Amino acid sequence: MKWKTNDGGWSPYLAGGLVGLLAILSVYATTQWMGKTNYLGASTTFVRAAGLLERTVAPERVAANAYFTKEKVKVDWQFMLVLGIFLGALISSVTDRSFKIENVPPTWEKRFGPSVGKRAAGAILGGIVAMVGARMADGCPSGHGLSGMMQLSVSSFVALAIFFGVGVLVAALVYGRRSS
Amino acid sequence: MSTDQLMGLITGVFFGFLLQKGRVLRFEKQVGAMLLKDMTIFKFMLSAILVGMVGILFLSDIDIIKLSHKPMNAGAVLIGGALFGAGWAIMGFCPGTSIGALGEGRWHAVFAIIGMVAGAALYAEMYPFFKSTVLAWKDFGKIGLPEAIGLSHWIIAPFFWAGVIALFFGFEKNGL
Repeated sequence: MKWKTNDGGWSPYLAGGLVGLLAILSVYATTQWMGKTNYLGASTTFVRAAGLLERTVAPERVAANAYFTKEKVKVDWQFMLVLGIFLGALISSVTDRSFKIENVPPTWEKRFGPSVGKRAAGAILGGIVAMVGARMADGCPSGHGLSGMMQLSVSSFVALAIFFGVGVLVAALVYGRRSS
Repeated sequence: MSTDQLMGLITGVFFGFLLQKGRVLRFEKQVGAMLLKDMTIFKFMLSAILVGMVGILFLSDIDIIKLSHKPMNAGAVLIGGALFGAGWAIMGFCPGTSIGALGEGRWHAVFAIIGMVAGAALYAEMYPFFKSTVLAWKDFGKIGLPEAIGLSHWIIAPFFWAGVIALFFGFEKNGL
């Protein structure tokens, strides 16, 4: 097995295994220093970001909303974790020269052409549907996929199977089986 | 910055660095898995789970950390999961990878992020409706597989490891 991929990346087994170690260190560290076990996750941060943005135009609406009250609109541990993902990816890609300005993903372009407008419409629509689903299911591939599976949570096994099962169906419809 | 925020940021930088090194942030890799052509994201994710599981179950056994299962709310997980899967296929990113993809120059991920923030606001608006419908159908509670089937997690974990490793050999054999 090769530890480096042809484009200078790391084997996904190696990089993934290291994320497993990071997850262990992180639950330990958050329990010790924050007094509460925090698991890796990302989608709740989008709720907090929505709340923070909405608060600038309609603060009373955010204050009165049951879901924002439940999830607490603030820049917390996970919010900074998500910002950290951006920084970490930037550092890694710039230092190994895989950083690349891309207007439209190649697979998308093959199917729908180079229009940024079309890509924007697809991504925004997909994003809305996906986030409503992630919040309803109470997690995304980080919270359910990584953190939930590590703990052998029943809901996470079911959620991941459905995420992927429906993803396979919809991807076949949208991109076609023979798109590349 | 508070200690909480600083710890989150540092953990996130390592997480983002490893996600990028594993090359799993890209639209191509996510959609490639859904088209059953490139299983990189599963190699990455399942490797993380195999390693993380051992440490997390052990730390929980010796009462250093607390497990936190997400509720097995049938309507929420089934319908929410299906919506997520459909949106994920079209968008080509999940919440965590969208922000990382932006970091590696794939600026179009910004549209996915805008969509997801809008989706979160929409969910907050519709929460009372969902709470009385989808979320109210059947909640099995915050359960783990060990309690659900009545076996110790140290019996389940080796089977999980064996299954995943067999899957890895399958991926490699088929050039996925």
